[in-house]
Amino acid sequence: MKKETARTLRAFAIELTIYALLVVAYFFLVLHLLGAWLYGLEIHHRYTYASLAIVLIIGQAVLLESLTTFLIRLLRGRSE
Amino acid sequence: MFFPISGTHISPIYLVIVGFTIGILGGFFGVGGSFIAGPALRLVGVDWNFAVGTDLAHIVGKSAVAVRRHRALGNVDLKLGLVMALGTIAGAEAGAQLIQMLKRAGNVNLVVSVVSIVVYFSISVFMIWESQKTLRSLKGRAQWGLVKGAKSKRDHSAFGPVTRAIQRLKIWPMIALPTSGIKAISLWMILLVAFVGGLFSGFLGGGAGYIRMPSMVYVLGIPTHLAVGTDLFEIIISASYGTFTHAVKGNVDILIALVMHTGAAIGAQIGAISTQYFTGPKIRLAFVPLPLIGAAIVIYTLFTGHKL
Repeated sequence: MKKETARTLRAFAIELTIYALLVVAYFFLVLHLLGAWLYGLEIHHRYTYASLAIVLIIGQAVLLESLTTFLIRLLRGRSE
Repeated sequence: MFFPISGTHISPIYLVIVGFTIGILGGFFGVGGSFIAGPALRLVGVDWNFAVGTDLAHIVGKSAVAVRRHRALGNVDLKLGLVMALGTIAGAEAGAQLIQMLKRAGNVNLVVSVVSIVVYFSISVFMIWESQKTLRSLKGRAQWGLVKGAKSKRDHSAFGPVTRAIQRLKIWPMIALPTSGIKAISLWMILLVAFVGGLFSGFLGGGAGYIRMPSMVYVLGIPTHLAVGTDLFEIIISASYGTFTHAVKGNVDILIALVMHTGAAIGAQIGAISTQYFTGPKIRLAFVPLPLIGAAIVIYTLFTGHKL
């Protein structure tokens, strides 16, 4: 039981590290590039911005959920 | 990191940590977590209007992650969620109108504060009483281990007789909710529960999961695990609507929401997976501090005049 818990925690720690690195890369690349464009959109095209905001947040949710599920499967070597 | 839309400088690490904390709470209890996100954003200088709108956007993303995980665990009743979304949106609009009326009367802050304190305390006291009573009646029966499958999710509640009486009310049209194990329930009861949740959401702010989740369990008789998952699904629809209307009014900084959400995405999954290890009454008992935190924030605001 303790062995199993230790293995799960180790896999989780590795997953968090990989995830953190990917998120940092995401901050610098995607958000930095998107920032100015979204700002302009928010000022001049509110309805487009509002629709895009929902698409972006749901899109990121699906993407991150898939990524974390993939990492969990990869590290634990079995499906959840 | 500079966020041009709201014109604020915030550390992304701070936003990720806030998102992670709210994600765990949301995934486990099926709440939006506005009572933490709003004050947390205000604390770093985000204007109140941006804090409210941005929090809603972040709630959409966090709930989407948690729902995908809850769906894999069989905890989402899509039919119920879709019906509830209609009632919630109507209720939220009514709540917003009520606020406008009180604003015109000039006593909005006092009325909203007193109502919210009474509601938060009542929910906490009732849930302590009910979950303790249920847990005492279950003493001796196995309460640990994985809670998987429809049978193990079937809930015990000290409030069960009242719930069954509500389910027996034959007000046409009646609908079946096979996923939640309910053979027939009046559509109007579901809409009423959703409307009341929406009303509080529009009146007190946030997603009002602290009202909707318990009412789904006690009034409609939905098993706690399914109430958590379905509430989150319903929140995606109602919070998307809220995000859109706030974004049109210029109250959403989507960049802040996206950064917060990177933390929430992982927290929501941890919270959702954790529900497997607790029975319904234990989840309900652990839920009790949440409305109390909400009440404490309102009391602080009321007495100091500082809005967190």
